[in-house]
Amino acid sequence: MNERVIQMLAEGTVDTVYMTLVSTLFGYIIGLPVGVILTVSDKDGIKPNAVLYRILDVIINIMRSIPFLILLILLIPFTRFLVGKSYGTTATIVPLTISAAPYIARMVESSLKEVSPGVIEAARSMGASNWTIVFRVLLVEAKTSLIVGATITLGTILGYSAMAGTVGGGGLGDIAIRYGYNRWQTDIMLITVALLVILFQIFQMIGMKIASALDHRK
Amino acid sequence: MSVIEVKHLSKTFQQKDLKVDALSDINLSIEKGDIYGIIGMSGAGKSTLVRCLNFLERPSDGQVLIDGQDLGALDEKQLRAQRMKIAMIFQNFNLLMQKNAVDNIIFPLQIQGKPRKEARQRAKELLETVGLADKAKSYPSQLSGGQQQRVAIARALACDPSILLCDEATSALDPQTTESILNLLKEINEKMGITIVIITHQMSVIQKICNRVAIIENGHLVEHGNVVDIFNHPKSRAARELILRDATGGGTASFGENAQVDEIREGQKLRIVYSANSAFEPVIANMILQFGHPVNILRANTKNVGGVAKGDMLLQLPDDRELRFKMEDYLKEKGLEIEEVDDDE
Repeated sequence: MNERVIQMLAEGTVDTVYMTLVSTLFGYIIGLPVGVILTVSDKDGIKPNAVLYRILDVIINIMRSIPFLILLILLIPFTRFLVGKSYGTTATIVPLTISAAPYIARMVESSLKEVSPGVIEAARSMGASNWTIVFRVLLVEAKTSLIVGATITLGTILGYSAMAGTVGGGGLGDIAIRYGYNRWQTDIMLITVALLVILFQIFQMIGMKIASALDHRK
Repeated sequence: MSVIEVKHLSKTFQQKDLKVDALSDINLSIEKGDIYGIIGMSGAGKSTLVRCLNFLERPSDGQVLIDGQDLGALDEKQLRAQRMKIAMIFQNFNLLMQKNAVDNIIFPLQIQGKPRKEARQRAKELLETVGLADKAKSYPSQLSGGQQQRVAIARALACDPSILLCDEATSALDPQTTESILNLLKEINEKMGITIVIITHQMSVIQKICNRVAIIENGHLVEHGNVVDIFNHPKSRAARELILRDATGGGTASFGENAQVDEIREGQKLRIVYSANSAFEPVIANMILQFGHPVNILRANTKNVGGVAKGDMLLQLPDDRELRFKMEDYLKEKGLEIEEVDDDE
């Protein structure tokens, strides 16, 4: 294997990590508040609002039921509008973020709903406002579960970023498609797959380490 | 003026098409310094009632006055400020599991906006008050149930409340731990002058520390008054049931207990309550000698009711009506408080 290929794989790895991390970050910027609103506005939440919950619920379900590849294509005009082009790593961040956000909102919702209603009631009995309950009780008590959720999300987005390679998304997935599929260079495809597996393992390991270090429940 | 006054309080829950009356027309007044017990079987509505006292549950009808202030007239912000003066502890402690003991106690002080340093100092003092000075850095999962409840009590005291509500606070604890938590509550009541409201299904808890008690059955207040009076002369069926059930070994019915209850049903029963100092004369033995007919002692017990030792005995008298009346008169003559126990319980 020559130097050019090695350099290409190294760049692809960096691109993949970049896409995954940035998309997850943007995904959380949208998904975390939405997850909080879902939890708070649900019928057993601290400020039930059936209409708001239903609207968010339906939007999230619609977005999550569109297959990622199709979303990728549907979003091309929007991506072009936002980034100026529809291919390459930075452009791929747009569909990745949009597909990750509703997924993240659901993850956050399920984590926050694990917080014991008794603890929330205790906070209310102390005169805590809903704002205080969200920031000092829900997000703090659920932090372990939120980090586990983020780790799972990161793994999923890593997989999606590789899928984006089929439409010129850049990163390891792109390399696997162009060399492995289009040019029958199986060895390069296998190496990209191995790199993806290694990346996944690293993300998973770091995430779980952080989660268990912060958990005081046991 | 009463610290807590409940007027015509009702609470109805709407479940689909079904309306459930959890509480109907409750009237109570709790005075400063009281340790007020609210007792009832599970599902009687006592937990709903205690949540109405700090408006965690909004009553459907009626008023709750705290130091004369109608909670229903307050807006959300004023209500939150009022709640800081009404602390609450729970059956399952409800501590923040991801925070250590000291941070759990700091939590309500943070809500109040106290400076961090001052809050930490206060939390340390409170840990000392509840006897856990060495557990400041421990997380709830590293503490026993009793220790967790102590942290919860320290947390409840952090904001200098005038009222402490206890929702089945000892129900998840073993008898020794229950005893020590009750002693702590009594100490808090005496030293800090905090009015305490205790919700429980255990008569033993009421007898141990309460001075007044209200009995709730199916959402109705069936009886209330001084603990000693109600223990001596329970008027309502619910009160009698709670006292008898407690005497036969507490909460859950075992097989042995059921068998005993069946046997009791066959004869005429009489419950006798006496102060310990009247136990010098062997009244029962003398009665048997005088009438020449045996009576069956089904149960006898002494317990501490509000600091006074009280004897509590259940007798099975002969079926012969005339003899029975004579025996009852004899016991009354000796100055014992007697009461017939119904068979329909």
